[in-house]
Amino acid sequence: MDDLYRDYILEHYRRPHNFGVIDEPTASFEGSNPLCGDRITVQLGITDGVVERVGFTGRGCAISQASASLLTDEIKGKPVADVAALRADDLLDLLGIDISPARLKCAMLSHETLQKALAETDAASATPAPEGSPA
Amino acid sequence: MSLDVARIQADFPILTETRNGNRLVYLDSASSAQKPVSVMAAMDELMTHSYANVHRGVYAIAEEATARFEAARRSVATFIGAGDTAELVFTRNATEAINLVAYSWGRANLHAGDVVVLTEMEHHANIVPWHMLAAEIGIELRWIPIDDEYRLDLSSLGQLLDGAALLAVTAMSNVLGTVNDIPPLVAAARAAGAAVLVDASQAAPHMSIDVQAWGADFVAITAHKMLGPSGIGALWARRELLEAMPPFLGGGEMIRDVRKDGFTTNELPWKFEAGTPAITEAVGWGAAIDYLEALGMDAVHEHEQALTSYALAALADRFGDGLTVYGPRSVDLRGGVISFLFPEIHAHDVSQVLDEEGICVRAGHHCAKPLMKVLQIPATSRASLYVYNNEADVDALVEGLSKAEKFFSI
Repeated sequence: MDDLYRDYILEHYRRPHNFGVIDEPTASFEGSNPLCGDRITVQLGITDGVVERVGFTGRGCAISQASASLLTDEIKGKPVADVAALRADDLLDLLGIDISPARLKCAMLSHETLQKALAETDAASATPAPEGSPA
Repeated sequence: MSLDVARIQADFPILTETRNGNRLVYLDSASSAQKPVSVMAAMDELMTHSYANVHRGVYAIAEEATARFEAARRSVATFIGAGDTAELVFTRNATEAINLVAYSWGRANLHAGDVVVLTEMEHHANIVPWHMLAAEIGIELRWIPIDDEYRLDLSSLGQLLDGAALLAVTAMSNVLGTVNDIPPLVAAARAAGAAVLVDASQAAPHMSIDVQAWGADFVAITAHKMLGPSGIGALWARRELLEAMPPFLGGGEMIRDVRKDGFTTNELPWKFEAGTPAITEAVGWGAAIDYLEALGMDAVHEHEQALTSYALAALADRFGDGLTVYGPRSVDLRGGVISFLFPEIHAHDVSQVLDEEGICVRAGHHCAKPLMKVLQIPATSRASLYVYNNEADVDALVEGLSKAEKFFSI
């Protein structure tokens, strides 16, 4: 159990970073985990091709909340192209824990939602959407 | 308690195994039950000595396999109070049984604007087939709500059933544990001119049921929740309905004659059993029913009622209002399915901690998302009890939950 719920995971779960809504988001998407019905919303504030601001809302298990907290930290200040290039494996590396197949959807909820928020941005600017994540 | 649980546990090899050094505590029988040695032995024996396709060969083992397969059908029919094996159609599971009704009876009898009444506590298996029919032919769905005690709220039943063609209702909720009193519902539906389908997947493993006493038209059951194998279930339906219904799947077995210009259907129940059926699984199901009948369904029910009482009291004693239990408080109104949630801890995290202790519970929406929406929660953890569970299992659950509560406390 301590392998999965490491101290830093629990810390991100209890006090998630970037939790909350942001002013005037340029992209926003609500994603859900089909396994348990959890929902999170990821909001992005993109300026000159850079993710300047990011926020997420919604409740979920410790794994999905910690994952959203770590992922939003990771993308803040990064060019959109770099964020779009983030793959499921990159997020698993960020989490740094072994995720069982049963919990993979929990870990990937923030990633899937982020990619969809980005796709929404791309659709708005009429450029091709990034490929979906393998998760 | 009236069951010798230690002796029963010895019949289930998986329950003697350990995980992470812990005894396996299996509390997910509402999802799928474990299998006793006698079920595995019956299936093994058939495949070792008497396996062949059924209703085809004239050689000895084909006749043996056919006899064993049809004997299993008689066992299932007797177990649920069906008088006539022609009314007992083998399917893959209860889901397929309900889909069979929606597809065959529904398409032949329902028209745009016709009303099907469901309840808010239905499993997706008794919702989605009707949604599909609504999309296809435009039937209207109405929902019997639940009340504050997690029972069906029947105060508007007359209005909901007014003009309805079908009432489709579960005999026992797989989330709340609520046991619905079927005969009054059937009487109300009859008075409104509606047919009745009962989803007995969750009820049949845990109490004596009698489809004829219920007076329903269709009853769906499944083997894997009652100690039998997965891959087989059954639809019981009144003969005159089955005779009037068009066939469901087409192929071998379900025909009497096939010509270039058409076909005629086989007699009941084989009219609805296209293709090679789950022969070995049927025999395993028969053995599961033998096992349950040897215990006695009244004793099974009494054991589970007592254990449910014990579990509800133990959870209330330890956690008080800190743990929300979703289901009727009185065991007279419910079975041994217990859904619960710590308001501040996600069901998945609770289940993960319990898993480390060797305790298996289900976490999620339990294939009842409309109910979850009514309850305004995304998910619960669910512990469900069966013949091989005892007070020690409940104690282990309570200890595991205490651990989870401490671990995730903010």
